[in-house]
Amino acid sequence: MKRLAGWLAIAAGALLAFPTLAQTPRSGGELVFPVPSEPPSYDGHREETFGLIHPIAPFYNTLLRVDPNDPGGTKAHPSLAESWTVSSDGKTYTFKLRRGVKFHDGSEMTSKDVKASYDKIIFPPAGVGSTRKGQYAVVEAVEAPDATTVRFRLKFASGSFLASLLSPYNFIYKADILAKDMNWYEKNIMGTGPFTFVEHVKGSHVVGKKNSNYWDKGLPYLDSFRAIFMPSSSAQVAAVRGERAHIQFRGFTPKDRDTLKAALGDKITVQESPWDCILMVGINHKKKPFDDARVRRALSLALDRHEGSKALSQIAIVKAVAGVQVPGTPFATPPAELNRLAGYWTDPAKSRAEARRLLKEAGVPEGFSFTFTNRGIPMPYEPLGVWMIDQWRQVGLNVKQEVIEPAAYYGVIRKGDTQTFMDFQCGYIVEPDLDMYKFLSTSRNPANYGLYEDPVLDQLYDKQSRSTNAEERKSLIRQFEKRLLEDEAHYLLTLQWHRIVPHSAKLKGWTVTPSHYLNNTLDNVWLTK
Amino acid sequence: MAFYILKRLLAIIPTLFGVAVLIFLLLRVVPGDVVEARYMSQGSQFQSQDLMNIERKKLGLDQPMWKQFTTWMGGLVRLDFGLSMWTGSPITEEIKLRFALSLQLAIMASTTAVLLAIPLGILAAIKQDTWIDYAVRVFSIAGLAMPSFWLGILMILSMLIFFKWLPPMVFTPLWVNPWENLAQLIWPALAVGYRYSAVGTRMMRSTMLEVLREDYIRTARAKGLWLKLILSRHALKNAILPVLTIMSLEFAFLLGGLVVTEQVFNLNGLGMLFVEGIARRDYTLIQALVMLVATVFLLVNFLVDIAYAWLDPRIRYR
Repeated sequence: MKRLAGWLAIAAGALLAFPTLAQTPRSGGELVFPVPSEPPSYDGHREETFGLIHPIAPFYNTLLRVDPNDPGGTKAHPSLAESWTVSSDGKTYTFKLRRGVKFHDGSEMTSKDVKASYDKIIFPPAGVGSTRKGQYAVVEAVEAPDATTVRFRLKFASGSFLASLLSPYNFIYKADILAKDMNWYEKNIMGTGPFTFVEHVKGSHVVGKKNSNYWDKGLPYLDSFRAIFMPSSSAQVAAVRGERAHIQFRGFTPKDRDTLKAALGDKITVQESPWDCILMVGINHKKKPFDDARVRRALSLALDRHEGSKALSQIAIVKAVAGVQVPGTPFATPPAELNRLAGYWTDPAKSRAEARRLLKEAGVPEGFSFTFTNRGIPMPYEPLGVWMIDQWRQVGLNVKQEVIEPAAYYGVIRKGDTQTFMDFQCGYIVEPDLDMYKFLSTSRNPANYGLYEDPVLDQLYDKQSRSTNAEERKSLIRQFEKRLLEDEAHYLLTLQWHRIVPHSAKLKGWTVTPSHYLNNTLDNVWLTK
Repeated sequence: MAFYILKRLLAIIPTLFGVAVLIFLLLRVVPGDVVEARYMSQGSQFQSQDLMNIERKKLGLDQPMWKQFTTWMGGLVRLDFGLSMWTGSPITEEIKLRFALSLQLAIMASTTAVLLAIPLGILAAIKQDTWIDYAVRVFSIAGLAMPSFWLGILMILSMLIFFKWLPPMVFTPLWVNPWENLAQLIWPALAVGYRYSAVGTRMMRSTMLEVLREDYIRTARAKGLWLKLILSRHALKNAILPVLTIMSLEFAFLLGGLVVTEQVFNLNGLGMLFVEGIARRDYTLIQALVMLVATVFLLVNFLVDIAYAWLDPRIRYR
């Protein structure tokens, strides 16, 4: 009897933990969601904004996808490829494609289409832009030996190659169309996805309807979706509050979450996750005294990240104290270990004393003034900027904030005239190769505006990238992290963004992940009524 | 009169050319361009200079400034505004729907404003220093003090809290579904129209007071004419001239200047398009919008001047 009760308790617990399992999916209904920005074009290979993913991803499939039920957002899951194998030397990946997958015009999808799509991404012809070409520098060739097999040959074994195929932007296009016009997909839509394109009214909305010939039988559950472009966050909140929209996939602020929860109670479900986006302080190594590692380390030590996390998470979309990987993901440094790095200590008095000592040792006078250049975006740049200036003040530094309008921001930073500045990155998947590339020497990555050269760091990056052994890779990532954040303090990481998605309780089957680029195919999402 | 109209119409051309030169140069002085806005704002890890060069070439941004200007001017002469640098779509397509919405909203807000401002202004003038005058003054000062977007937020929150209802989020043209259309636009029209009426009411009141003190009004009264007749036949025509100027210019402003109100009500209008265009450095789009708004301003001014002659026989143009 006791054993039975135990099993029942486990079953009930599982149902509570995974509410989507507790109910049978229901077909029908229209999912309505605001999208804060509009896609510049429909070409996923060209764009890099969630404004494209949210309304356009439901029309397409990718070769692989991130498991839609994985809250960590890192597990590979079959999509158009139903299985894959890796050669013993790790240099050849072979994918077996599903049979019977059709484009929305009724033609069959084959390996020719996958090859043409990846050739466009990795080896674009002259004059065709591919945003993610750099991520596939390891690929030597893409081959289609038969209609249902695709092979990627790599120049060397890579620990991150599979993850790079999970990109939600790598839509599979039709080879015949690409052969005629490489830019066709910028203004047209023709995929194999669970929804077919109905209309896009400029500045207003995109509508998709259920693809009744979808290869994954029984899916999608929804009859249609309507993505409404809505730049104003107050209008987005009002739309969810007024039950005119079910969800806004990117996320809301803590205050918006509390407002919605208070107004709608049980009608709202809130899903939260650390967010694979982070703001970091770039330090111009060409400007004195920031060429001195002691000064940079002092700047990091001045930040009481733990207390900052508690206070800022109440008002801004930031929360976790993090290293170079999103906390809780496979390669992230456990908190106890991270807290041993300078700048991450839990005793602020000790940190600030050390910061003052380092500044003195480096010859930086009390009250030293410098400029911190911030991007003119309120959330979360503004609260983080204010917080950091106050933290630096507490170690005797006098910081002036200069705010630059977003469109002009990187032009100003790239000139190399700033002293310290806010930089940021966001990823579609938590993966060391993607998340750490930013910090390579400027000669290897011109988007590193700290303007430093660090061959040791570059070497550690390359080693971890080529390692296919997870434990060895972890150890290399720890060394990279220590050198980046403590020894050299090239960049100062602030706090990990925190994704808060309050949505209608009617919406089921959607799991929040650390990336707002994931889980937008909408095939397994359903509405209770 | 015909010569005057022709002269005024011809004067529009150099004015527009001046606007074109100015906007073209000003946009290029501001740091950043559309390619940077597109590829540097999302925090992606792999930013490629090659890609940015390809995109700049595609958009003609690698060309010298004079060439970019002459290409654009050549298009303008043929009424071809070109393609949006952000979306690659024809600019006329980008503007069409938004223009329809903004125009309808401007008309609705102006109608609201006129319907409020003229009677209230007259009433306040003829009942000067009575409680009616004070009430009208408080009403109009409140309208001036409250930004229309703030009033809009209050309206939305009130509808949400008290009626659990929100206006539609997507624009439906009037001829497709009048009910949906009005359900969406009536609220911003009221919010904007109220603020706009406040200016008109105050102007109407003061000009009417001035006119009512004129000799010819005193004479009309002495002749025993009805007050209604005095007001409509003699006073209004003269008092309305400055009100007409202000309200007409405000109308032109409403076409492209309701940025925040459009955001609050999620209206897909020209104001939002303007702001987005600037944030994205979509040169061709901003240039087209500025030319459009400048043309509207010039035409409205022109029409007001013509209307002056109709309303006030003393005015003669040569």
